[in-house]
Parts: sequence; structure tokens; C-alpha cells
Amino acid sequence: MLHIVKKDIPKTREKIVVRLAAVLAALALASILVLVAGANPFELYFGIIQGCFGSVYRFAATIEKMVPLLVLSLGVMVAFKMRFWNIGAEGQFLMGAVGTTLVVRLLPDLPLPIMLTLMIVVSFFFGAVWLIVPAFLKARFGTNETLFTLMLNYIALTLVTALQYDFWKDPAASGMPKIANLPQNALLPSASGFNLSILMAVIIVLVMYYFMNRSKIGFEIAVLGESENTARYIGINVTKTIMIAALISGGLCGVVGMMQVTSVSGALSTQITGGLGFTAIIVAWLSGLKVPFVVVNSFAFAVLLQGASYIQTAFQIPGSVAEMIQAIILFFILGSEFVIQYRFVSDKTKREVA
Amino acid sequence: MNNDYVVKMENITKVFGKVKALDHVEFSLKKGEVHAILGENGAGKSSLMNVLNGIYMPDSGQIEVKGQAVNINSPKIALDLGIGMLPQHYKLVDVFSAMENVAAGSRKTTPFLNKKKILDEMGKLIIQLGMDINPNKKVYEMSVAEKQSLEIFKVLYRGADILILDEPTAVLTPQEIQNLFEIVKKMVATGCSVIIITHKLEEVMEISDRITIMRKGATIQTVNKDETTPQELAGMMVGDMMELNVPYVAVERGPKALEVKAITAIDRNKVHILDHVSFDLYAGEILGVAGIAGSGQKELCEGIAGLYHLKSGEIIFEGENIVGKNPEKISQMGISLSFVPEDRLGMGLVSSMDIIDNVLLKDYRNKKGMGISRVVSRDKAEALVERLNVSTPAIENHAVSLLSGGNIQKVLLGREIELEPKLLVTAYATRGLDVGSSQIIYELLNEQKAKMKPIMYVGEDLDVLMSLCDRILVLCEGRVTGIVDPRKTTKEAIGLMMSGVISEGEQACSIS
Repeated sequence: MLHIVKKDIPKTREKIVVRLAAVLAALALASILVLVAGANPFELYFGIIQGCFGSVYRFAATIEKMVPLLVLSLGVMVAFKMRFWNIGAEGQFLMGAVGTTLVVRLLPDLPLPIMLTLMIVVSFFFGAVWLIVPAFLKARFGTNETLFTLMLNYIALTLVTALQYDFWKDPAASGMPKIANLPQNALLPSASGFNLSILMAVIIVLVMYYFMNRSKIGFEIAVLGESENTARYIGINVTKTIMIAALISGGLCGVVGMMQVTSVSGALSTQITGGLGFTAIIVAWLSGLKVPFVVVNSFAFAVLLQGASYIQTAFQIPGSVAEMIQAIILFFILGSEFVIQYRFVSDKTKREVA
Repeated sequence: MNNDYVVKMENITKVFGKVKALDHVEFSLKKGEVHAILGENGAGKSSLMNVLNGIYMPDSGQIEVKGQAVNINSPKIALDLGIGMLPQHYKLVDVFSAMENVAAGSRKTTPFLNKKKILDEMGKLIIQLGMDINPNKKVYEMSVAEKQSLEIFKVLYRGADILILDEPTAVLTPQEIQNLFEIVKKMVATGCSVIIITHKLEEVMEISDRITIMRKGATIQTVNKDETTPQELAGMMVGDMMELNVPYVAVERGPKALEVKAITAIDRNKVHILDHVSFDLYAGEILGVAGIAGSGQKELCEGIAGLYHLKSGEIIFEGENIVGKNPEKISQMGISLSFVPEDRLGMGLVSSMDIIDNVLLKDYRNKKGMGISRVVSRDKAEALVERLNVSTPAIENHAVSLLSGGNIQKVLLGREIELEPKLLVTAYATRGLDVGSSQIIYELLNEQKAKMKPIMYVGEDLDVLMSLCDRILVLCEGRVTGIVDPRKTTKEAIGLMMSGVISEGEQACSIS
């Protein structure tokens, strides 16, 4: 019998080596798939690089994919730091987008700066509410936040579906079930493909770095996540801290909804999340819940996403192949975490009887 | 030859790491007797029973069951030999009925539940033992005592005739204890033999036929109940006074610093975990708190710190009743609590953080504004490491969980003392420490005492308590059974109080 034993502390060098090896192994395995699909793996991998960095426009597209993922991951990270398993980023994202659209529908003629500010506030609020409800119920009644936040995703999705197909359906879209595009005064300004959400993301990263490392509440969240007993012993108000963390976590995910509606998609739809709310969980976790690594990993994931969409068109390979390459790489990286943290021990020495 | 002995354990030794949990222990059980095992915490009672039940494998020694030498590798084998142990924490399925719980895991159970047959069998046994069990009642509807009866029943139903009860009365009310003893007597009458682990002398005297006293992993003596007295038992339990190097510092005691008036608390099992506890604490004294584990020490500490809900009573600190204030407020008033739990890291420290951040834990609120600063904490952490001789490779980016137990405790206690609290409550500060590290902790406490700080020290080792403390408060089942001057009393007397005999000294507790 083999036993699995946790390693003491993995060394930084070992971590880097293992992860690099995982990526290389993943690419090797993916090559077989690429060959079957009828393309040259080397050209294809080079194509991914090309697709991400080959031109200003393509680089802008990469960043455009990075921004929502980055902010979502930061949002998820805050909750995870407290061991509060918010897997409802999708729902908070959608609700933020609903809030944004609501602002435009109620006050369509606001000037751009006021419009954007109001949309940020409202989307933050909408996202936050979608997490504060389960947080409150957990703090008060001990409900399971994992199930709760997951189910709220579906409620948000159903709400958006109802809006898209009925209540907010655009009459001018000749029967197409879509919500009207936002007017010009509600779109984020952009220049050569780079839009204002990048600046927002930079500010959010800086604020979150300060928040997690240098603020009282950030510190309390970290203590609470490590040990609720200790938190109680030093007099942290547990309920209050949970609520604040939920507010920030849900709020950030909500703001992503605003960014996405006002730049990339231009309108609310059931498609806007693209599953990023779930990818964010992986990014936050792989980054060890640390802000700088979240930035790095979001970028790496954005490269995968953008590269995949580029090679579909450039190499004429099916989209599913690109997705599978992504999945293989991800699978190997996640698997390598196991190798980094655990090792196998034979238990022969342990038990001779029985 | 020894057919009347159902269990004979000889020369049992069991070592955990460096600790000898059992040191050449002898134990025997006669057929049809109730045999009590008596001893303080850590005396090895539970370890010995875990060996008999196949949970621990002894490092050396022989076990004979019903005249045959056996090798008990697992609880399953123990049960085949007729040995069943009642777990301290009940293992019942809440949503199942009594009958379903009995059937689950029993080897008599067929793949398809034959309810009628099981009910018939259960019925017979229930009548035989006079137990009050309703087979159709769900476990979540049962009281603690009912759950316990069900656990006993489960073991008997599976065919055990040697029953081990590990502190069965701890969670029961006096009436329930009487019921339990009735059942035990009936079991014995039907030919079972019972081993009962306890540290309550009155119960021992009431129920048992023979008594084995254990201390520090060794058997002291086995005596017949009829030939002994509670005083003699208490004496054997605590042993002779040991000369320790724990220095007592004489300090003229100052004014009253804390007044605790009849505080009462109720735990989850609706047991009075604190029952009208009253005492005063003076500046410049160390008040020791002694008692068997789980007598309310933790709740007392947490009650003072505002972490445990007190049902009634008052705690007066600086002229103000602090009962009902939140922990943050109480800690701001200058009451510091350092409680070292069994796992050492659960309370007070964050294991994954470094020393600086752990010092910061108690410090960060002092800074104005939203932010935190590690500058002050770094200095304090450096001073702490220096002064207490904490051996650590770094105070930064080196999680405290990587330090040794002694160093972790130095960090915890050192931090509390650095804060210059007005009142220091510390529990099990030397838990698991070696002699040298313990010494540093005692010196720290004495130093604080000399500075006229009021200190409450909850301890496990009576010898230490008696040499370190000015007065000792003895708790038994949440009640104060005595507050004594250790220099004017004997260890045996304190042992008696710990076992529930109320002292006629300074203060008797009021029972309502």
C-alpha cells in the first residue's frame, strides 16, 4: 500500500521546475491532438504566441480578455482568503451587468462621466447583494455557502434570460431575443483597442494589494480564514468581518459585469460571462490567494484564451481542439500542484501486522 | 486456575514518542465484578483501555482474555472476545431510530433488515436489563442519557460481556447517574463484567467492587472497595508531594482586582458547566485553578474574557460588571487571556502567520485609520524573541507552526505579557513543555506578579500549582469545591476536592 503524505514546505525552485515540466508535458500531449486535427504543433504553438502578441490589436485583445478574469479572481480571492467558498462569481457578474443595464434604462441621458460612475456604484451594489445574502445566512444560521452561491448563479442566469427574452427584449431587433445595445454615452472610452476598464483594473489591483496586505480588515479576514477561534479570541467581530468580505468579493465581481457590458459586449446577454466566473476560481487558487500572482496567472489564462480563439481562425482547426489544448494544459498544471504538495510513501515500515 | 479472571493484563508498556503512556501496567478483571480505574488526567487510564479494546497495540506485555493468551489487533477482534468499549463521544446516526442504530454495523444484520426479528431480540434484552429504550425513537430526539443507554445497549447486543465505560457519568445528571448504575448492576447480575473509568471518588465507592489506581502511566495498587476509604484513594491518586524547582515569590498582596460573583453557564448538553462560581482575585497574586479536565476551567477563562455566554452572575473589574460585554471591549479594558488548547495552536495564534503578524494580532487596532503597520510589531517581536530566547530562524515569513511547541507557547504568552495587561488569565501555559521552557514561563509569571499584576493560572500539574500559586481554587463539575492556601494544605486534600468533596475551609460553594 502507498500512503500520501504532505510535504513540509515546497521550495520555490522546485515549484517552478514542476510547473514548467507540467506545461511542457501538457504541450507534448496536446501535440498528438493537434496532429490528429491535421496541423503542425510547432506552428500552432507559435501561432498562439502570434495571436496574443503579434500586433497591437491582438495584444489589446489579450488584455481585454485578461481584465475581467483578473478582477473576478481578485473578488473570489477575498472570499477564499476567509475560507468562504464563493463559487457564485458568475451570478454576481451577471447581476452587476443587470444593474448596469438598469441604470441606462432608467437614466439614458446622463453625461458619460456621471453615467459611468453611477454604473460602477450600482453594479458593485448588485454583485454585493448577490453574495451578502448567502454570507448573512451563513453567519447567522450556518448555511452552506458553496451550495447557496452556486444556486444563486442559476437564479441570476434565469433572471437575465427572462429579461433578454421578454421584459427588456429590444423591439427594434426584428424578433431577435436580444437586449438593446447601450448608447454611446454609456460605453467605456477606448483607444486602439485598449479601453478604460484596463485603468479600472489597475486601480483595483493596487487597492486590493493594499487591502489584503496593509489594511485592518484585510488582516482580520486572513485571521478569520486561518482560525475562527483565534479571531474570536482576539476580539474580531466574526459576523461583521464575513459581511465586509462578502461585500467586497461580490461587489468586485459585480463591477466586472459593468466592465463587460460597457466595453466588450455592449449589451446585456446570457452569454457575457463566458464561464469566466468559474475560471476565476482556478486562477485565484493557483495564485495562492496572493494579489501579484493573481495578476500573473490572469495574464497567462488570457494568453490561452486569446491564443485559442486566434488559432481557430488562423489554422482552421475546430474550436473544440483549441479548447481541449487549454483543458490539457490546465489539467496538467492542477495535477502538478499535487506533486508539489504531496509525496508518496510506502507504508511497509508502518504496519507489519494485520 | 484463574478461571474467575476474565481479563488479565501483565506488564503492559506503551510508548508514544518519548512519553511512556503505560509503564509495566498490571490489571485484572474478575468475572461479574465492577472494576473502577481511578487516576488523574494523563495517568494512562484511557490508554490502558484502548490497549484492551485493540485501538492501541502495546509495545510489550501479555493479555489474557477468559484464560487464553490473545493478541488484540483491532476493536473487531476485541468484540469477538466479548470486549466492548463505550466511546466517550457517541457514534450514533442522528436520523436513525434506536433500532436502526443497533442494526447498523451489527454482524447479525442481514442484507435486508428483518425488523421484526431485531425488535424481538432487542425487546428481550431490554426487559432483561430494565433499560428504558424505545426502539422506534430517533436519535436526534433523545437526551444525552438516552443516547448513552443506546450505546451501551448496542455494545451488549453485539455480544459483549466485558464492558468498558470511559467516564460515563461526566455528561449525566445525578438521577441519570443512578439509572446508569442500576443498569450496570443488572448487567453484572446477568454475568457481565464492567470496567469503569472515572475520577469521582463517591461514584467509585458506590458502584465498584475493586479499584485500580493509576498514576503517571503506572499501576499504583489494586484494592477492594470494602478495605479502603476515599481519603486513602485520593492520596494514592495524587501521590506524594514532589519537590519542584518552581520558585514561589512572596509578594504582599494588593487590592482586590477582580470579583467573580456566582457565575453560571450551561453547555450544549444543558449541563451546568459553571455552577455559581465565586472568587476574588487580588493584585500581586497568582490564583491557581485546579481540577480534573473539563470541570469548567475553559468556560471560566472564556467567561471572563467574554467569549463564553454566562447565564447569570457578575464579574466586577475596575468597578464595572463586564458580563455581557463583547470580547473586544474586555480585551481593551486590559484583560488578557492566553489559553493553550490541546493542539496548542487553535486559539490565540494563527499558525500559518509569522511571529510579527502574530504579535500584530493584538496590536493592529492601536493604530488609527484603516491601515496596519508592522513597524511596532517588528520591534516587539524582536524583543520577545530576544528576551524569551525563542529559537526561530526568522521572525518574518516563517510560520509559527514550524516552531517547536515550547517556542510557540513562549510567543503566545510573551505577546500577552508584552501588552502590559491589567489582568492576566493563562491556561495550560506549560502544556507539553520541557522542564527548561516551563521554567522560563514560571519566571515570566512571577515577574508579572512582582509587578503587582493579578494573575489567574489554570494548570494541570498539582505539584506545580502548589508551589507556584498563592491560592488554589479547586473546580469540580463546574462548582468551586474549595479555595485553599497550598502552603497550609495537603495534596491529598486538594485531590479530594477535585473529586467533588467540598472543603470546609475558606469557602464552600453554594448550591441552589
